[in-house]
Amino acid sequence: MSIVLEARGLTKEFKGFVAVNDVDLKVEKGTIHALIGPNGAGKTTFFNLLTKFLQPTRGTIHYEGRDITRMPPARIARLGMVRSFQISAVFPDLTVLQNVRVALQRKRGESYDFWRSEKSLTRFDDAARGYIDEVGLSEFVHHRAAELSYGRKRALEIAATLALEPEMLLLDEPMAGMAQEDIERISALIKRVAKNRTILMVEHNLSVVANLSDRITVLARGEVLAEGDYDAVSKSPEVIEAYIGAGYD
Amino acid sequence: MAAQDTDTDTIAAAPVPQAAGMPMLHKVIFVLLLIFLAGLPFMVYPIFAMKVMCFALFAAAFNLLLGFGGLLSFGHAAYFGGASYVAAHAAKVWGLTPELSVLCGTAAAAFLGLVIGGLSIRRQGIYFAMVTLAFAQMVYFFALQVPFTGGEDGIQSVPRGDLFGLISLENNIALYFFVLAVTFGGILFLYRIVHSPFGQVLKAIRENEPRAISLGYNVNRYKLMVFVLSATFAGLAGATKSQVFQLASLTDVHWAMSGEVVLMTLLGGMGTIFGPLVGGALIVTMQNYLATFGAWVTIIQGIIFVIGVLLFREGIVGVISRWLKRPL
Repeated sequence: MSIVLEARGLTKEFKGFVAVNDVDLKVEKGTIHALIGPNGAGKTTFFNLLTKFLQPTRGTIHYEGRDITRMPPARIARLGMVRSFQISAVFPDLTVLQNVRVALQRKRGESYDFWRSEKSLTRFDDAARGYIDEVGLSEFVHHRAAELSYGRKRALEIAATLALEPEMLLLDEPMAGMAQEDIERISALIKRVAKNRTILMVEHNLSVVANLSDRITVLARGEVLAEGDYDAVSKSPEVIEAYIGAGYD
Repeated sequence: MAAQDTDTDTIAAAPVPQAAGMPMLHKVIFVLLLIFLAGLPFMVYPIFAMKVMCFALFAAAFNLLLGFGGLLSFGHAAYFGGASYVAAHAAKVWGLTPELSVLCGTAAAAFLGLVIGGLSIRRQGIYFAMVTLAFAQMVYFFALQVPFTGGEDGIQSVPRGDLFGLISLENNIALYFFVLAVTFGGILFLYRIVHSPFGQVLKAIRENEPRAISLGYNVNRYKLMVFVLSATFAGLAGATKSQVFQLASLTDVHWAMSGEVVLMTLLGGMGTIFGPLVGGALIVTMQNYLATFGAWVTIIQGIIFVIGVLLFREGIVGVISRWLKRPL
């Protein structure tokens, strides 16, 4: 198995406070890797470091053997590693179709063509509809994204992300704040899109990732507490203690 | 929560009507506007009508940056005034024809926009506004000091010249139709920019910048591009105005001019197509007909602005657009 994404000794300090401390992480190609931990464990900070929305204080990040530690975030996306956001990231005033089209537009290259008509974008419509069908939003193609339910916004976000045909997806708490039926729908969707792709997802809740992930890394207080498959991790006394210690039930 | 959300999906939400190209309503408005403007110089003083059109274009160019790019520049007088100086100089000293003079002024504004924009877009919000203001003040002091601008006097009695070296623009009506073609063309081009693949990305960036980055867009380049485009069309407006008044003066580069264009855009409705045109026309008309009140004009203008903001928060056209439930 080859390693797609690797972090070595990744550290982030905020004015004396160490949010992420010397974390090593290896993500294998073609797996679903989950990163979990109680509140304040540094998951989101670590995630933002990997996607370059934050600069690490120390340590390196390699993607497919390339050092991406100093690359700007937009460049990483163009290399094939695309992230999602904790707060669902759609363009609210654009329609579902336009949301996906904006992603397809980028894949084609940059869109500095300010002299051309919008009509030239209709050539992306068929491809866009394909991705929209895949996430089950066909009946909302021409609805504004702002009008969709929370779970459907998430699905739309995934459709737009898939449109980039990324090799690696980084999902930031894809199930946060979702009702049970939405969780099931999104879990199934993640499983489906994980074929021939690598996924790294951050989750708060251990049970959500139970049947979804191949490998789990548990973070607590900015450090790696345990790593392994679900059975190993869920039985680890340190993990149980960390969750209970943080007031989690 | 989720159940409620699902309900709103099925009940309240309606698909957005789909139309390829310019919606019929916009076409009708543009055609009516063109017919109205074609007849206008025979009803009112042509110079006044031309002034209105120049400011409408200026406000529309500013609105491209504020309403569609989400960037508040407080130094747009630099491009408007800068272009008017260059165009006046080109016509008077170099003896260029009107269309080439206007082109020179516009190009100068584009270049100025590239330099100032390149240095400002790395800052956000109020800091961005302050940086653009600081640069505009530098342009103002530059215009005050260098010999070619004529300092306090400005560049006066700029010759109107012959369009393409053929048609004399000494006649007000001939000049009027030249100005109409330039400003109306400019406004249609701005419309196209908003409704282009570039405009679509711009909208996405304005709505959710981190997401646009995560899709791989080089956001700062798009911001610089819209800044330069906005400066270019502001320059086109300023250059044209210098040909109309045969004058380029410090008024056009003064910070008060930067403020005025903000006022026009907000009063008319930022982020709308027709708002800046209404706002520009309204402010210029007001200044014209209230001129007899002298210094009171600014106070009356201030009161109208306050009332406008209180009554129509989205601007005049913004409110009408909401009533009609259609983008205008």
